[in-house]
Amino acid sequence: MAGPDTNPDVSVLAAAPALEEWHLDLRAQGARREAAVGRLHALLLRAARFEVFRRRSSLPELSAAELDELAQDAAGDAAVSVLRRLDDFRGESSFRTWAYKFALLEAAVKVRRRAWRGREVTLEPDRWASLPHNGAGPETGAEDAALLAAIREGIETALTPRQRQVLVAVVLRGVPIDVLAERLGSNRNALYKVLHDARRRLRAHVAAAGYAETR
Amino acid sequence: MSGRGLDQAVRGLLGSDEPELDCDGCFAVLDRYVELELAGAPADDLVPGLRAHFAGCPACAEEHESLRALLELESVA
Repeated sequence: MAGPDTNPDVSVLAAAPALEEWHLDLRAQGARREAAVGRLHALLLRAARFEVFRRRSSLPELSAAELDELAQDAAGDAAVSVLRRLDDFRGESSFRTWAYKFALLEAAVKVRRRAWRGREVTLEPDRWASLPHNGAGPETGAEDAALLAAIREGIETALTPRQRQVLVAVVLRGVPIDVLAERLGSNRNALYKVLHDARRRLRAHVAAAGYAETR
Repeated sequence: MSGRGLDQAVRGLLGSDEPELDCDGCFAVLDRYVELELAGAPADDLVPGLRAHFAGCPACAEEHESLRALLELESVA
């Protein structure tokens, strides 16, 4: 009788899709791992293609082949991330759902960056100055105009230059955070923390100006 | 700028006081959150801080929508 198998062959379980145990073979060796990696890649490519297709309107200049190439690249990068982070999978969702999020992230980031390739990202610190004037249209009441003035003052006086740069680019200029991160040599999470702190400072400034609850 | 556009701009600039996850925290729990949502479970109670993050982070919100849409599509396929 064979002894305990510390790396059991679970390929038989793959016949029962609901169990989704095939991903255990990603930790195996040889042909079993190769087969599991192939299956993983197919799954990630499906998700990446889904995401690129959803966002294709932002890339009108790309052909179908170029869009698929983008999805292939995203799936490849996602596979690297998934394999590197297998220990993070705790079974709190299905493995398929867990893996999908990597492909969707990679594809979404690639689409955003591709869509902004060659576009200028305006980071001049004085560009936010247009905010209150844009907002103070004919239909803007005196209270809104005063709130905008308080926000404008807060942007000018309460934020650090970095906070001002990130807030203005992401919120007022609509620059995707991944694009801004690429331009600034940073990453999404770090920039979001800057954005979060900027908003907190701005809220405090606006509250001190008498606007406890704005919207 | 219209009243609605103004509201959106103000919300985007000020965010909210509600506790929220950051982007890495969001990514870590997104799969569980979406499966709970699709199962009709109280996802916002079970995974707090995510809904507030979606309100403040368009990129994470888009990826949430995509994961949900993909799973919904596959559930009917």
